[in-house]
Amino acid sequence: MLRYILQRLLLIPVLLFIFSILVFALVQAPPGDFLTSYIASLASSGSSLDQELIDMLKAQYGLDKPVHIQYLRWMGNLLSGNLGLSLEYQRPNAELIAERLGLTVLLALLSFVFTWVIAVPIGIYSATHRNSLLDYIVTVVNYIGVATPNFMLALVLMWWAFSYFGLSVTGLFSREFEQAPWSLAKVADLLKHIWLPMIIIGVAGTARLTRIMRANLLDELNKPYMVAGRARGLSEWQLVMKYPVRLAINPLASTIGWYLPELFSGSLIVATVMNLQNIGPLLLRALISQDMYLAGSILLIYCFLAILGTLISDILIAWLDPRIRMEKVGA
Amino acid sequence: MHPPAFPLLSVQDLKAYFYMDEGVVKAVDGVSFDVYPGQVVGIVGESGCGKSVTMKAILQILEPGGKIVSGKVQLRVRRAGRPDLDTGGPNSAEELLDLTRLHPNSKLMRKIRGAEIALIPQEPMAAFSPVHTVGSQIMEAILLHNKVSKAEARQRAIDAFRAVGISMPEQRIDAYSWELSGGLRQRAIIAMALSCNPRLLIADEPTTAIDVTTQAQILRLLRDLQREKDTAIIFITHDLGVIAQMAHYVVVMYLGRVMEQGPVNEIFANPRHPYTQALLKSIPSVQSTPRVRLPTISGSIPHPFNRPKGCPFHPRCTQFIRGVCDSAAPELLAVGKDHLASCFLYQSQEVTA
Ligand SMILES: Nc1ncnc2c1ncn2[C@@H]1O[C@H](COP(=O)(O)OP(=O)(O)OP(=O)(O)O)[C@@H](O)[C@H]1O
Ligand code: SF4
Ligand SMILES: [Mg+2]
Repeated sequence: MLRYILQRLLLIPVLLFIFSILVFALVQAPPGDFLTSYIASLASSGSSLDQELIDMLKAQYGLDKPVHIQYLRWMGNLLSGNLGLSLEYQRPNAELIAERLGLTVLLALLSFVFTWVIAVPIGIYSATHRNSLLDYIVTVVNYIGVATPNFMLALVLMWWAFSYFGLSVTGLFSREFEQAPWSLAKVADLLKHIWLPMIIIGVAGTARLTRIMRANLLDELNKPYMVAGRARGLSEWQLVMKYPVRLAINPLASTIGWYLPELFSGSLIVATVMNLQNIGPLLLRALISQDMYLAGSILLIYCFLAILGTLISDILIAWLDPRIRMEKVGA
Repeated sequence: MHPPAFPLLSVQDLKAYFYMDEGVVKAVDGVSFDVYPGQVVGIVGESGCGKSVTMKAILQILEPGGKIVSGKVQLRVRRAGRPDLDTGGPNSAEELLDLTRLHPNSKLMRKIRGAEIALIPQEPMAAFSPVHTVGSQIMEAILLHNKVSKAEARQRAIDAFRAVGISMPEQRIDAYSWELSGGLRQRAIIAMALSCNPRLLIADEPTTAIDVTTQAQILRLLRDLQREKDTAIIFITHDLGVIAQMAHYVVVMYLGRVMEQGPVNEIFANPRHPYTQALLKSIPSVQSTPRVRLPTISGSIPHPFNRPKGCPFHPRCTQFIRGVCDSAAPELLAVGKDHLASCFLYQSQEVTA
């Protein structure tokens, strides 16, 4: 097992190298660069930069160099732990990301917990009460939940809250707290706002997880070990919770690692629609304004977390399922 | 073998149906038989005739949708507080309990499962959870039915492993089921069934899906254990050779009903029911060809939703009596000593009536 983990860890730099090229190609892909779009936006507002300043900025950010040199500069900085400077904000990228990291992770964790706390018990109920009225209701609600894009849900709920209760439910803070330093009152204000995005971001995942939990459990409930368990005198509840639920949850639990990148990405579209101050809108903005080092940094961190998350998932499933553990030790 | 006067288990006109969207499956439709202490009762019948469902109904572990519709399952149980006394007829230490009157999930019913009646389920290969050790599942049974510590339960599980001939029981107890060979897995499930010293063991096709040598070993093991502890066994199989070898008494089932039942020698030497006769005719001699699969007889088994009216066997019967066999179901009546058959050929008064 240890050898297996080590092998996988050694693979990470190789994968990251490949991803870094892809990410760089992606942020470079739109025509022009940050300066050309910046100049264009200045021009449209009637002002302009003189050529000298443009050349100086170009040289400073290496935008005058060929693409592969730009890539090497970026990589060199990254390897020395420097995420570079944001072209747009004129501040270190690391600072910009760190600023929003806390809220991003908090929101993602809350949606994650929401998803599991709701989905697993409902999935168990649905499977063990198959074809009951509640099971049908759950199934229908799940279909709707899976099919509704969450940004649309966000828009509908925002409109509903605003038009019926006069509430503005965008953002994570009330206006007066937005720029305020942290205090108990600010935390309370955050809690007043965060539940809605938590639910909106969690809904689709909850519906999906419920469906998978129900289907997995239904499979397990027909296994012969159930007959054996009943025959040795276990109560139905003891039996269901101890064996089939465990077996049905294993494959799900092993996907927990996949949430790692999501903790960081901050549901780009919903966050933008709801004006949440997390990393999602920051990335979107950086992509649009071609703030390429900021966008590149965020994307690369995302890739790194995805690789790490997959590894964590693989370790989890091996830990939960002795059959897979044996396979990997044997290999 | 001379059976004691009172049965350990008496199944009387048991009916268990499955209610499904497509209709009702009358899986067990009036089954009666007795099992005496220390007796091995063999149950034979083609696939789908309701052998397993009968056993699940006795234990009240029918899958969702399945219900006991009528009938009795009377079990002799040790009266509370006097577990030491047990042989003989129903006496001051024992009482008759109709299991069908208990709620399937009741405490008493759960106490009977595993402790009084143990089951070796039909698919032993998957009878253990693959992510729990075999030992933990056997210990679970022991802990459920005995007031013992975990260490003591583990010791008992190891002893049970040793008793069924598993070598290195201390190590094997911590194995997962998929780490054991088919033969070992079968022994492990027998060890689990016997771990709480049940008075009745139900073995549902315990030797299918294992090779012939292992099969012979398992049969010998079961017979030895049965003799040693005087456990009664209900032995289900498709295999008439195994029946001849193992059983004292035979019950022949067809489409959820008992066609014929009698002492093993009577059934093989003097079968009365046309279905039993057809089964036996296809094997020239039981002694010379042991372990032949249940022979196929002409005609096919009707669909479970589409049970024939009257005698369930009539569409395939060569001695079918028009106007009689297809109008009413024959009763299970005596045709000899301890020998019963359900066929109009032996119910002359009904034929003339
Ligand atoms: N859970 C269930 N739901 C619906 N019908 C069932 C269920 N279990 C069994 N049946 C039906 O009941 C009938 C008897 O099945 P049973 O399993 O008792 O057969 P069997 O005699 O044990 O056959 P085999 O020798 O193949 O094990 C069959 O028609 C089967 O389709
Ligand atoms: S009752 Fe009639 S159909 Fe049924 S077995 Fe007897 S003779 Fe054949
Ligand atoms: Mg069966």
